[in-house]
Amino acid sequence: MLRIDRLTKRFGKNAAVEDVTFSVDKPAMIGIIGASGAGKSTLLRMMNRLADATEGAIWFQDREITGLTGSARRKWQSECAMIFQQFNLVPRMDVASNVLHGTLNRRSTLATLFNLYPTEDIHKAIEILDRLGIAEHAPKRAEALSGGQQQRVAIARALMQDPQIILADEPIASLDPMNAQIVMDALRRIHEEDGRMVIANLHTLDTARRYCDRVIGMRKGRVVFDGTPDQLTTGAARDIYGAGAGFSEAATSTDINALEMGQEILPA
Amino acid sequence: MADLTQDTPRSLNDIQSSYMAEVSRKRLYSGIMLLIFVLLMVSGFNLAADRNGGSFWGGIDNFFDLPVEMVSEAASKVDQFPAHFATFFPALIETVNIAAVATLVGALGAIVMSLLATRGLARYPRLIGVFRRVLDIMRAVPELVIALILIFVLGGGPVPAMIAIAFHTVGALGKLFSEVNENASLKPIEGLESVGANWSQRMALGVVPQVAPNWLSYALLRFEINIRASAILGFVGAGGLGYELKVAIQWGQGKYDEAAAMFIMLFLTIVFFDQISSHYRNKLVHGTNKGTE
Repeated sequence: MLRIDRLTKRFGKNAAVEDVTFSVDKPAMIGIIGASGAGKSTLLRMMNRLADATEGAIWFQDREITGLTGSARRKWQSECAMIFQQFNLVPRMDVASNVLHGTLNRRSTLATLFNLYPTEDIHKAIEILDRLGIAEHAPKRAEALSGGQQQRVAIARALMQDPQIILADEPIASLDPMNAQIVMDALRRIHEEDGRMVIANLHTLDTARRYCDRVIGMRKGRVVFDGTPDQLTTGAARDIYGAGAGFSEAATSTDINALEMGQEILPA
Repeated sequence: MADLTQDTPRSLNDIQSSYMAEVSRKRLYSGIMLLIFVLLMVSGFNLAADRNGGSFWGGIDNFFDLPVEMVSEAASKVDQFPAHFATFFPALIETVNIAAVATLVGALGAIVMSLLATRGLARYPRLIGVFRRVLDIMRAVPELVIALILIFVLGGGPVPAMIAIAFHTVGALGKLFSEVNENASLKPIEGLESVGANWSQRMALGVVPQVAPNWLSYALLRFEINIRASAILGFVGAGGLGYELKVAIQWGQGKYDEAAAMFIMLFLTIVFFDQISSHYRNKLVHGTNKGTE
């Protein structure tokens, strides 16, 4: 279904992503973990075609993604939704309009400039918001919402695109533990109920373990781990992050339950 | 009442229909606005066309006659252009000089006026309104009017033109500078106040470092505008390229090659200073980054 072949991205002489190869056969929820600067974001941005690859190729159902240009590229972007760490909504527009932006690829520029969306699209947007539990906020400006609510609006915009893949770049890195759980639950539910592929960059191991079917670990632009969450032992995590023996997962966890775990691990 | 509706979750249908109602109201408003805009444009055009001596559509063909005549005559004498460039170069220098001195003097005046007219920075907060109105007046009077009066009093030449442009520049740049000043952070100024600095020290050491790059880019834009303004003032006897241009155009046929040569020179001058100014603006912005590395 999705095949990434020796994908490389260089900035000058530094390689942000180097020789990344993996393939996905059926829609799955995949977590990508790694230290800051490991190339996780660059990898997702290349898949959405926000960034161009230096070498290598991305294939999705017999289509080469890296070679698309112009309207073919924008068409692919509409099928491959992206969720950002800082939500990237238009702050001064209302929530429903932000969700309707998911249909921009299908609509003419003039109609969207005058905010002329079909009624069924507007109804669908509010239904999606309702599914994520924030339909009440549809007429409010996006900037008036809390971080967790804004991220759910971003997910609603992604769903409005009716995409085959949802890419999420650190979707919970700016959120508190409670909202992080709501957002991750929503992403998991979208994967299970709609059968869409979800690929998420995550900055905590426990989130990757709990929500993902498959975990890919990156270090300095290369894939150093690719397996099931069960195979992701503390030793494997140390390799991914290049950490020493002092590395403790509980110390960086954002899971509420980890508080208790941490207290058990730490000597009293 | 608003709280009550918040507590009882509304049904999906309610939310959809109330949002649709809002959308159709917004569409109605923007439709009416568009209609009013189009009607105003059409009626305004018709009114202006009625008051016109001739007819707009009847005269539009002649509109292109002069440029076509100028270009064709200039093209036929293209070999004389280097000579024209050499002849008019001193006049161009005079025009650029007038603009440069006027911009410099005007920008210095604008700095003082803008600091006095900015809320939060002003030396005399009660007089902010007065200084703003002074800037308005300086901006409102056209350079041409001041130049005409000064030429009447002082006689023709570059000095009246310089004063006229500088006067207008103070008003125009003062407004832009004070908008830049409003975005400056007050924290460094408070820091300087806490060590006992006086107003001038606070402004020079606390505000200027923050706003200098933006001031510079506005001043350079103004310099380009002033080159054009100083060329225009030549038409009323202030010397420089404008005077030569007036002679060439009024002479009519036979001198169009000179006029074309002067237009090309003015254009190249503007391009030249645009390139220089963007170069130094980038250097100023990136130079500060380098310092912090």
